[in-house]
Amino acid sequence: MTPHVLMQALALVFDPYVLLVIFCSAIFGLFVGCIPGLTATMATALLVPITFFMPPVPAVAAIVTATAMAIFSGDIPGALLRIPGTPASAAYTDEAYAMTLKGQAEVALGAGLVFSAIGGLFGTAVMIAFSPSLAEIALQFSSFEYFWLVVLGLAGAVFIGNSSVLKACISLLLGLLIACIGLENPAGHPRFTFGLNELMSGVELIPMMVGMFAVSELLRFVTNMDPPMKIATDKIGNIFGGMWGLLVKYKWPLVRGSALGTIIGIQPGSGADMASWMSYAMSKKFSKEPEKFGTGHVEGIVESGAANNSSLAGAWIPAIVFGIPGDSITAIAIGVLYLKNMNPGPTIFVNNPQNIYAIFIVFILANIIMVPLGWLTVKIATKILKVPRNILMPIILLFCIVGSFAINNTVFGVVLILFFGLAAFLLEENGFPVAPAILGVVLGTMMEENFVTSMIKSDGNIWVFFTRPIAMWLAAGTIIILFWPVGTWAWQKYRARPIST
Amino acid sequence: MKFNDAISGALLLALSIAILVAIQSFPKIPGQNIGPGAFPGLLAALLAGCSFILIFRGIKERASEPWLVFGAWLRSIPHLRSFAVTVGCLVFYIVAADKLGFIICGTVVLSAMMWTLKTRPQIFIPVALIATLVIHTIFYKGLRVPLPWGVLMPFAW
Repeated sequence: MTPHVLMQALALVFDPYVLLVIFCSAIFGLFVGCIPGLTATMATALLVPITFFMPPVPAVAAIVTATAMAIFSGDIPGALLRIPGTPASAAYTDEAYAMTLKGQAEVALGAGLVFSAIGGLFGTAVMIAFSPSLAEIALQFSSFEYFWLVVLGLAGAVFIGNSSVLKACISLLLGLLIACIGLENPAGHPRFTFGLNELMSGVELIPMMVGMFAVSELLRFVTNMDPPMKIATDKIGNIFGGMWGLLVKYKWPLVRGSALGTIIGIQPGSGADMASWMSYAMSKKFSKEPEKFGTGHVEGIVESGAANNSSLAGAWIPAIVFGIPGDSITAIAIGVLYLKNMNPGPTIFVNNPQNIYAIFIVFILANIIMVPLGWLTVKIATKILKVPRNILMPIILLFCIVGSFAINNTVFGVVLILFFGLAAFLLEENGFPVAPAILGVVLGTMMEENFVTSMIKSDGNIWVFFTRPIAMWLAAGTIIILFWPVGTWAWQKYRARPIST
Repeated sequence: MKFNDAISGALLLALSIAILVAIQSFPKIPGQNIGPGAFPGLLAALLAGCSFILIFRGIKERASEPWLVFGAWLRSIPHLRSFAVTVGCLVFYIVAADKLGFIICGTVVLSAMMWTLKTRPQIFIPVALIATLVIHTIFYKGLRVPLPWGVLMPFAW
C-alpha cells in the first residue's frame, strides 16, 4: 500500500457526503436490527435501491455500516424480549435474557456492544492483512481455477448450514437455473425468457433480493401466530461498567471467537448466524465453567458476539478478491458492485486500489462509531421496541415496491418482488434454505462463463480441469468437501455395525 | 403450507423435465461441442437427480409426513386475510399503478395493509397519506425516479 493510495482512500471516505451516508445507514442499521423480524440481510436489501443512486464508495459504505450495526443491535431485543432481532443473535438469546432476569441486562448488552466492535475490528484487520496478497495470487488464476473456486464456494454454501444438504442443493440448483435466464450467456442466445422483453437481460438482481429477503419476511410477519411480546425490564444501567474486567478475564475466548467468526465468514455461504452458533458451542466446550452456560453467564455472549461481527468482515475477503460472496449480505453487495462497474476480483487491487482501501477504512470507522451509537440505541431501546409494527410493516412494503420500481423504472420490478417473495416464503415453509439460491444466482453467470471458456480452450477435454497446477489443488479441495459428508456417513455406518450385531 | 417431500420432488422433477425439453430447441454452435443448452442441461439433469432422491425420501417418510400440512395460520381467518391482502396489494399495484398513479396506489396499499393489521382508521388514514407523500418526495424529487402520476397528472408538482 503506497501512502499516495492511502491518502486517496482517506479523501474518498472523509468526504462530508460519505460521512453523512455512513451516519444515516448506521442509524438505519441499528433501528432495523433492533426490530424483531427485520434482519441484517433485509436491511441490506432495503438499502440497495437507495445505494443504486450513489457512487460506489458511499454505496458500499452504506451496506457495510448498516449490516455491522444491525448484527449488534439484534442483541437488544434478544436480551429484553427473548426474541433475537436478527438470526445472528439467536445463539445466545436465551443466555442474554437469563442475564436480564437476573438484573444484569446492562452487562449482557454492554458485552454484546463492546465485543461486537472488537470482533468487527479483528475481522477487518484480517481482511486488510490478507486480501492484497490473496489478490496477487488470484491474478494468476485462469478460467479453470475460477471454475473450481466457484464450485468450492457453492459446495460450502450447501454443506455448511442447519438445513438438509439435499434441500440446500436443490435451492442452489434453482438459483443457478435462474441465472441462466436471458441473453447474457457465452452463446448470446436468449434462454427461458417466456417471450418477455424484460427477461432478455436476465432476472434483475435487486428486485429479486428485495422479494426474497424483504417481501418474504413481510409475509412471514403477517402470518406469524406468536403471542405479543413483553419487555422484561425498563431499567438498563451503565452498559460500559465492568467491561474492562470482562476483557481481561475473557481475552482468549474473545480471540477464539473473532478468529472462528472470520474463518466462517470467509467460507462462502455461511455468515454471521452460523458463526455465532458455532462459536457459542465452542465457547461452552472450552469453558472452565460450562455448567453456567444457559443460566445467564456472559462468557458465551463475549465469544459469539465477537464472532458474528468478525464474520461480516471475513465474508468480504472472498467477495472483493475473487468476486465470490461469503454470505447473502455480500452476495447483495457484489450485485451492487457490478451495477457500479466496480467488478470485484483481483484486478480491482491493481486498477482501483483506492476504492478497496476506502472499504477497509469504512469497516474500521463503522466498528468504532458502533460504540457510541450503540450506547445511544440501548438507551432508547425500550422506545424503539414499542414502535407499532402494524404501521411499520406496511410502510416497508410500499418501500419495497418503490425500490424495485426504481431500478429500471418499470412495474416489472414489482412483478419480480411478488414472484420471488412468494417463492422464498414457500421454499422456507418447506425447509429449503434461501441463501444457497442467492449464491447460485450471483455465481451462475461466472460459473458458466468459466466452464464454457475452459471447455473451448481445452477442446472439450475435461481432464485439463484437473491437470493445471493450481486448478489441481482446488479440484482436490472441492472433491474433499463434496465427499466429506458421504465419507463420514459411511464411516459412521461402518463403525456402528459391530455394536448393533 | 408444508408439502410432503414427494410432492415437492415431483414438482421439481416436472420443472427439470420442462427445462430439458426446452433446451432441445436451442441452436447448436457449428464447430463447437458446447452450445447454449449445455449448462442449463447439466443443471436440470442434476436437479432431476435430486428430485428423485426427494421423492424417494418423501415416500419413505409417508407414515409421519402427510401429503400436505396446512400451517396453523391457514386456519386463522385474520392471518389468512392479512396474507391475501399483502399479496393483493402487490397485484393491485402492478395492475393499477400506471392508470391511478403512485400517490393513489401507495395510499390504498398502506391503508389496506394497516387495516388488515388492525390499526384504527383515525390513525391509518393520515399515516398512509403522509407516508406515501414522504416516500414520493424522497424518490421522485430526491432520487428522480419517474413514479407514475396517473390520474393526478394535471396536478403534478
